Amino acid sequence: MNTIVKVENVHKCFDQTPVLKGVSFEVGKGQVVAVIGKSGSGKSTALRCINRLESIDSGSITVCGHRLHDDRLDLKTLRRDVGIVFQSYNLFPHLTVEQNVALALKLVRRLPRAQASAIADRVLAQVGMADKARSYPEQLSGGQQQRAAIARSLAMEPQLMLFDEVTSALDPELTGEVLQVMESLARGGMTMILVTHEMSFAAKVANQVIYMHEGKVHEAGDASILRAPQTQELRRFVGSGL
Amino acid sequence: MGNASFNLAYFGYMLQGAAWTVGLSALGFIGGGILGALVALARISRRTPVRWAASLYIQVIQGIPLLVLMFLCYFGLGLMGYDVPALAAAACAMSVYASAYLGDIWRGCLQAVPRAQWEAAECLGLSPAQRMLCVIVPQALRLATPSTVGFLVQIVKNTSLASVVGFVELVRAGQMVNNTLFEPFAVFSLMAVLYFAMCYPLSRWSYALERRLKTGRRTRLAA
Repeated sequence: MNTIVKVENVHKCFDQTPVLKGVSFEVGKGQVVAVIGKSGSGKSTALRCINRLESIDSGSITVCGHRLHDDRLDLKTLRRDVGIVFQSYNLFPHLTVEQNVALALKLVRRLPRAQASAIADRVLAQVGMADKARSYPEQLSGGQQQRAAIARSLAMEPQLMLFDEVTSALDPELTGEVLQVMESLARGGMTMILVTHEMSFAAKVANQVIYMHEGKVHEAGDASILRAPQTQELRRFVGSGL
Repeated sequence: MGNASFNLAYFGYMLQGAAWTVGLSALGFIGGGILGALVALARISRRTPVRWAASLYIQVIQGIPLLVLMFLCYFGLGLMGYDVPALAAAACAMSVYASAYLGDIWRGCLQAVPRAQWEAAECLGLSPAQRMLCVIVPQALRLATPSTVGFLVQIVKNTSLASVVGFVELVRAGQMVNNTLFEPFAVFSLMAVLYFAMCYPLSRWSYALERRLKTGRRTRLAA
């Protein structure tokens, strides 16, 4: 297995409160990993540590060959290799959908305008948003905004994509259209880590499921652990969810 | 008791004063805008001493009457051996005064852009300067426009204080006309009308911008 993410014994506190208490896991190239768990179990924090939005107190994380605890870490190339999509979309409201997607292509990848908008059009078509390229975010539904946000991340051609509860703000119908996009990404071979509450989606798409509980990986395995949990906590968690 | 009457020449002289009021306002706004932008950026700097210095600057300047700033610029620069024209001293005082208020207004607007916007820009690999210029400032500008235009009204009215250092703007021009004619009510009424004519459109504009901000972009596109 070609490892893309290696998290080893990571600890992190917010002020005095420990949030991660020795988290370890690995993600191989092309894998889809679903991180599940109760609110406050540390799953979003773990995800945010992987692209260095949060720093860690101890342990080590290696992502796409970048050692995150290294002082000489080149944040800019890390951010190019790792894309992230947020629960609240976070599109730039003063730019059209196409400009949102093209911005980093022009500023970070230094592509000329024509090439940037060609790439933007291509990824927008990929997420079914070609006809909304000229719209502003506030003119779109939540599902459309989230698909545009996925396109914005995708345009940078990351090696790894992180999804932080991307459907939690959406109603079931809109959730469906976003999950569809994510499923096709997964089928296309994209390495993905998703923090999610969509158990049936996790069961369908994930190669690896990580159940986090009180700042630790409490149970991990393939998607079958969702049907046959080994620990009482996961059994209770899955039972409450379905 | 004047032996001359209020004729077109005097009226023209006051209009000329009003033009200098506009000119001084523009200078104060440009100078204050540049300084104010720096103050606003310093106010949200990651470095504590920089933030602290900017905050002290705002408090000190806001705590000094503009009249005193006028005297300080006029006589202070004069003491240092410069022969300061009244316009330069007045423009300098107006700039410093405006920068403390604009800096504070704009700081609030920069901070009103959600934290998540910074984060999203950071995750796309934008440098700190690119995040500020391409993501935060455009959004903050939209928020800042109504209050900035509103503050322009204050600038216009406060240029009247430049009369104390001998700069011939509308008030000073009116005083000189009155000294000749001794028709205080007529002269000061005309002065009031001229100030109102300059400030009222700015106020209306500020309200209109605020309404547009509230109703959002959708209506602007439809309009």
